[in-house]
Amino acid sequence: MKYGVNEHGYYGDFGGAYIPEMLYPNVEELRQQYLTIINDPDFKAEFDDLLKNYVGRPSPLYHAKRYSEKYGANIFFKREDLNHTGSHKINNAIGQILLAKRLGKKRIIAETGAGQHGVATATVCALMGIECVVYMGEIDMARQAPNVSRMKMLGATVRPASSGSKTLKDATNEALRDWIANPVDTHYIIGSVVGPYPYPDMVARFQSIISEETKKQLVEHTGKELPEYVLACVGGGSNAMGMFYHFLDDEQVKLVAVEAAGKGVDSGHSAATTFLGHEGVLHGSRTILMQTPDGQVVEPYSISAGLDYPGIGPQHAHLYKINRALYVSVTDDEAMRAGLLCSQMEGIIPAIESSHALAQLEKMKFNPTDNVVICLSGRGDKDLDTFIKYFGY
Amino acid sequence: MNRLNQLFAAKKNNLLSIYYTAGYPALNTTVDIAEALEKAGADFLEVGFPYSDPVADGPTIQHSSEQALENGMTLNQLFEELTELRKRVTIPILLMGYFNPIAQYGVERFCKKAAELGVDGVIVPDLPMYEYEALYSAHFINNNLSNIFLVTPQTSPDRIRKIDELSNSFIYLLSSSSITGGSLQLTNSIEDYYKRIKAMELKNPTIIGFGISDNATFKKACEYANGAIVGSKFVKLLAEEGYMEKIPVFVRDIRP
Repeated sequence: MKYGVNEHGYYGDFGGAYIPEMLYPNVEELRQQYLTIINDPDFKAEFDDLLKNYVGRPSPLYHAKRYSEKYGANIFFKREDLNHTGSHKINNAIGQILLAKRLGKKRIIAETGAGQHGVATATVCALMGIECVVYMGEIDMARQAPNVSRMKMLGATVRPASSGSKTLKDATNEALRDWIANPVDTHYIIGSVVGPYPYPDMVARFQSIISEETKKQLVEHTGKELPEYVLACVGGGSNAMGMFYHFLDDEQVKLVAVEAAGKGVDSGHSAATTFLGHEGVLHGSRTILMQTPDGQVVEPYSISAGLDYPGIGPQHAHLYKINRALYVSVTDDEAMRAGLLCSQMEGIIPAIESSHALAQLEKMKFNPTDNVVICLSGRGDKDLDTFIKYFGY
Repeated sequence: MNRLNQLFAAKKNNLLSIYYTAGYPALNTTVDIAEALEKAGADFLEVGFPYSDPVADGPTIQHSSEQALENGMTLNQLFEELTELRKRVTIPILLMGYFNPIAQYGVERFCKKAAELGVDGVIVPDLPMYEYEALYSAHFINNNLSNIFLVTPQTSPDRIRKIDELSNSFIYLLSSSSITGGSLQLTNSIEDYYKRIKAMELKNPTIIGFGISDNATFKKACEYANGAIVGSKFVKLLAEEGYMEKIPVFVRDIRP
């Protein structure tokens, strides 16, 4: 793959494994084994079976007719919101739990922001009967209380991250500290295409099922496997990378990644990483991150907890730098309006994360024959409180 | 030869190093604390520069880093404070911190500036061997700065050999695979690890860190290595009233 990772874990200038020596054996074990394991026919058979019969894949590619009329193009939704547990996060969690089993690991740790990845991880741990500890920022635990209860009901232990800003980046720090202290029996299921190599590549491969299915489904709908546009929201960037993956080498497909501008890119309350960030190192990889001139990580802001992350995955940083994908941003207000519009025009309440991708449609000009695919990465049930407060229903 | 090499050539046993976070408990204390530690008998020092996301550190050093950042500590501020360093302090000084602040400052510029001020070495826990060797080692070598690598009980013998080749002053042995601030638990497997390292007869001296907090743990560490580093325990002292006066007793309690 032209845009794939090289043997040292880099995508152009980005990636690598900037980790303390305490994590080296764990990460090295993964690096040496992940490709062998995930290319093994038995692994593939088990992964495919669970995706089909447990997750409910393939997820539909839905031709949104009213949206198509409104925006003057053929608009398709890739319905990751219909997956078991309500988002694309389960694809990666299934892949990594099967990998952890083959590595002989007895304990799983994970970080979570909004709680979607935590719920997906708690779910697969219940499925496999493996102990699960999820780290979550204290502030996120308060604002995403239903997901905390879900994880507990699924048998996971939820540990509050009370250091730093008490949100996703601090939950990630705490999970890394746990992994340092438990180097032998524990596997860390990172939820996005971030972290030290091989995580960004491994998670992208598990999420690539999204674009693999989309290509086949587009042939059924349109007679062609390539659309003109592919859109997805980006926090760390796992649904976007899964949605882009099998289109990367098809240069005529325009890829659009939508970041969270929060209250506006220049408001001081934003998570639009490519607009506000600089090159540096975050959570084990060289990437683009929001930081002070002195190299301290800046706390981002978005109404969507799933996009509230100060960096992006290293492959996104590369696609941004070489202009293979277009990185744009959408504000809280634009996303909330798009979420309401989708609910009332298509009967689908989308996650606020996915609403960011939908909002981008307002800003684009299409030809009537264009085929446009949007990744509807998650459902909006978890966001009802936020929607209700925002619109006063 | 920098001051670290001279120290290790002259003294082989019971070396004591102290770590503290610059900017904690207050700005403009870095050289005062260094001077007091030298007078109290410390052999060399590690001065931490704070980072917002210190993943290898436990609660004590995390707290000191947060406080130092709130106080306004930056690399620029630290270098400003170190201007007087070599007028007042003669023992070797290492800077210790995470890679991102160095990357923003510029690795080459950082190495040059640190060397100019009389710094002898750098410990960057999240700068791994491959990236160091492939991308940055020239800047360290050109400025006569030692880069210190960490070794844990899980580090493979091959990798330890490679680290030994790339090192030119000492190797930092972690007493266990853990974050800072724990206590040194001498289980059989940890003793085996120390014995294993000792039997490898590395060309570089070894210093044990993480979990050294009193005379007993210091003495135990020195049975297997050339010395030991005290970090979290000293950072806790800095939170106390009148800490400057307590430094001589603190050092004497660790190594009478």
